[in-house]
Amino acid sequence: MFCKPFFGAALLTASYAALAASDGDLAAIRSQINELKQSYEQRISQLEKKLAQAESKVAQAETTASKAELVANEARLNVRQPQTSAAAFNPEISLILSGSYTYLKQNPAERRLQGFVPSNGELMPENRSFSLGESELAIAANIDPMFRGALRLALAPDNTLGVEEASVQTLGLGNGFNVKAGRFLSGVGYLNELHPHEWDFSNAPLPYQAFFGNALGMDGVQARWLAPTPIFMEFGAETARAMSFPATDESKSKNGLMSASAFVHLGGDVGVSNSWRGGISYFAAQPKDRSYDDPLNGLNNSFSGSSRTWIADLLWKWAPDGNAGKRNLKLQGEYFRRSEAGDLLVDTAASAQQGSFRNTQSGYYAQAVYQFMPNWRVGYRYDRLNSGSANVELINNGQLTAADLPLLENFSPRRNTLMIDWSPSEFSRIRLQYAEDKTRPEATDNQLWLQYVMSLGAHGGHRF
Amino acid sequence: MKKLRFFCAFWLLGLISGQAAATLNVFATVPEWAALVKEIGADKVAVYSATSAMQDPHRIDAKPSLLAQARGAQLVVANGGELEIGWLPLVLRDSGNAAIQPGRPGYFEAAVHVAMRDVPSVLDRANGDVHAGGNPHIHLDPRNLLKVGEALTARMAELDPANAEAYRAAFKSFAGKLQAAIGRWEGEAASLRGIPVLVQHSSFVYLAAWLGLKETATLEPRPGVEPGSAHLASILERQKVVPARMVLRAPYQNAAASQWIAAKAGIPVVVLPFTVGGTPEAANLFALFDETIARLLKASR
Repeated sequence: MFCKPFFGAALLTASYAALAASDGDLAAIRSQINELKQSYEQRISQLEKKLAQAESKVAQAETTASKAELVANEARLNVRQPQTSAAAFNPEISLILSGSYTYLKQNPAERRLQGFVPSNGELMPENRSFSLGESELAIAANIDPMFRGALRLALAPDNTLGVEEASVQTLGLGNGFNVKAGRFLSGVGYLNELHPHEWDFSNAPLPYQAFFGNALGMDGVQARWLAPTPIFMEFGAETARAMSFPATDESKSKNGLMSASAFVHLGGDVGVSNSWRGGISYFAAQPKDRSYDDPLNGLNNSFSGSSRTWIADLLWKWAPDGNAGKRNLKLQGEYFRRSEAGDLLVDTAASAQQGSFRNTQSGYYAQAVYQFMPNWRVGYRYDRLNSGSANVELINNGQLTAADLPLLENFSPRRNTLMIDWSPSEFSRIRLQYAEDKTRPEATDNQLWLQYVMSLGAHGGHRF
Repeated sequence: MKKLRFFCAFWLLGLISGQAAATLNVFATVPEWAALVKEIGADKVAVYSATSAMQDPHRIDAKPSLLAQARGAQLVVANGGELEIGWLPLVLRDSGNAAIQPGRPGYFEAAVHVAMRDVPSVLDRANGDVHAGGNPHIHLDPRNLLKVGEALTARMAELDPANAEAYRAAFKSFAGKLQAAIGRWEGEAASLRGIPVLVQHSSFVYLAAWLGLKETATLEPRPGVEPGSAHLASILERQKVVPARMVLRAPYQNAAASQWIAAKAGIPVVVLPFTVGGTPEAANLFALFDETIARLLKASR
C-alpha cells in the first residue's frame, strides 16, 4: 500500500526524464560508443600485431625446419653405418623359371636335322603338352679385388642337375685384358654366350642346334683383350678340354689342348639411334670317338678327326634417340660353316668298318624382333642349313651304299618362326611362338609354343 | 705386307697416344654428371656421357661403344643408387680397365654423397622396379649438386694432382654461382609452393621436395611399370577430389599416358628437361633449372 504510489511516481519521473534529458544524454551515449569503438579498434590492431608476429614466427619456423632437415639429412648421411652381419657378404642370387605348353603336329620323337650328325644338345621341343623348362639358379659375387666367381646350375625338368657355368674371371687385370677359367659358354658368335632365358625365341636357331648342340660350352680358359680404340674392337682366344659337341672326347684320355677358338668382335654406334656389333669366330677341335646313333637304321657310328667351324655374326639395334623403352628394332644374323675330316667308324657294335670321311656343312639364321609399343614385341626368324654331300670312303669303295648311312644323306633343313611376346616388366616375359619346321624331308611340323620366362632375385645385366 | 703392318702399328699407336695424351678421361653415365665434371674440369677433362637426355637411364644395354669408352676412362662418374644396375656393372667388368672398378679411386658414385629420399622400407619387386637405396634421381635438387660437386672435385684432384688447384678453383666459382642461383630460383619459384602435380614416373621427387610441389599421384602404377587404363581412370577419379594443376614428364618418357590424363582433366602437360640437353634451352646445369622453373611457372599461371 505504501509502495504502489511510489512506484507510480518513479515511473512518471523516469518517462519525463527520458523525454526531457535527450540532448545531454545522447552526447554521453555517443561518447560511450566512441570509447567502445576505440577500445575495439585497439584490440583489433593488437590482434593484428599478434597475428603478424605469429606469421613471422611460422615463417621462421619453416626456415628453421628446412635447415633442420638439411642438418638431419647430413647427420643421417654421416651415421649410415652398416650393421655387422654374417649375411652382409651374401652373393647375388638369381633364379630363372620357365615353362611352356607345346602343340606339335608331328611326333617329337621322330624329329631330326636330316643330313646332320646329332649334336646331343637339347633339341627342343622335346615334349608335347605342358612341360617345365630348365630352372636356372645363378650365384655370383666378387671374390676379392682380383677375382669374381659365378655359378649357374640348370635344374632340368627330369630332376637332374647340370652345371651350366662355373667360372672365375679376373677383375681389372688392366690394359683391356680379362681372363676367365672354369666352365663357361664360349665367346664365339653372338648368341652362344646368351642363356636360353635371354633368347628372343623359345628355341635355339638351327645352326646352333646342328653345329654346337644349342651352345658351345667349354671347360678351359678364355682370354679377351679390348683394344684401346674409340671403336669397339675385341680379340679373344679360348682353349678347352673337349667337353661338348663337336669336340667330344669320350675316353678323356688325352693330354694337352683338344679344342681352341679365336674371335674378333667389332662394334660401335651410328648416330644416336643405331648401334651394332659384328664378328668373326673360329673354332677347331679334335673329336675322338665321337659317337652318334643314326635313328633311321639303328646303328651306332663314331667319328675321329678334325672339326673346324667358322662363324660370322652381325647384330644391329635401332631405337629412336637410342631410347629402347618405347620402340626398338633388333636385327640379328649368323652364318656357320664347318669342315670335318677324319675317320668314320660305322656300326661300332658289330661290323665296325672304318674309312675316311670328309664333309663341309653350312647354315645360317636371320631374325628381326620389333618392339612396337612398350612391353610388346613381335619377331620373325628364318633358319636354313645345308648338309653338304659327305665324302665317305666306305661308300666310294663300295663297301657300303648311301642307304646304309641314311642320316648323312644330303638335305637342307629350314624353318620359319614367328613370335609375339609380352613383358610387363623386365623380369617377366610371356611368349607365343609358331614355327613351320621343315628339318626332315618326309614331314613338315607345325609347332606352337606358349612359354613363360621369369627371373627373380639379383638384377641381371642388359647384354647388348 | 710389311708396309701394311707398319701402317697398322702406327695407326694403333696414334689411337693409343691420342687418348692418353692431354686430359683426364671421364666416363659419366648420365648427362647431368657429365655437365658437372665439365664445370669442374673445364678444358682439363674429356667427358663422355654414356646416355643422353632422350634415353631412359634405367634401360640401357651394355653396348660396344660404352665398352670402348670405358676401356680408356680414368674416372667413371656414376649416379649410383642402382640407377645403372642393369648395364654399368657389365660395362665395368668387360672393359678390362682396372682403374675404374668399384672401390678404386677411378669409380665415383654421386648418390652416396647425398641423403636419399623415398628409401623403401620393404624390398619387393611386387612394388615395381624399386631401388633399395632410395629414389636415385637426386640431381634435380640443386643443393645436391653442391655436395656431389665437392666430393667429385676432391676425387678429380686425387686422380689428377697436376690440375688439382684448377679443379678446386673452378668448383669454388661454380659453387658460388650456384648458391646465388639457388637463392634466385627459390625466389622465382615461391609461388609454386604447395601446387599439386601429377608425375609420370617418380623422377621429380627431389625437385618437388626442393620447390614444395605436392605430388598427388604417379601415372605409373608402380615404378618402371607402364601406366594402364584402370590406374589412369582411378587417378582421374582422385583428380575430382584433389585436383592437380599439371602433369610432369621427362622427355624420354612415353607421352601417351600424360596426354590422355591431361586432356581428360583439362590440365597442361609440362615436359621438363629432366637433365642437361632435355630441351634445347637446357644446355647446362644453370639453364636446366632456369628452364625447369620457367616451364613450371608458365603452366601454373
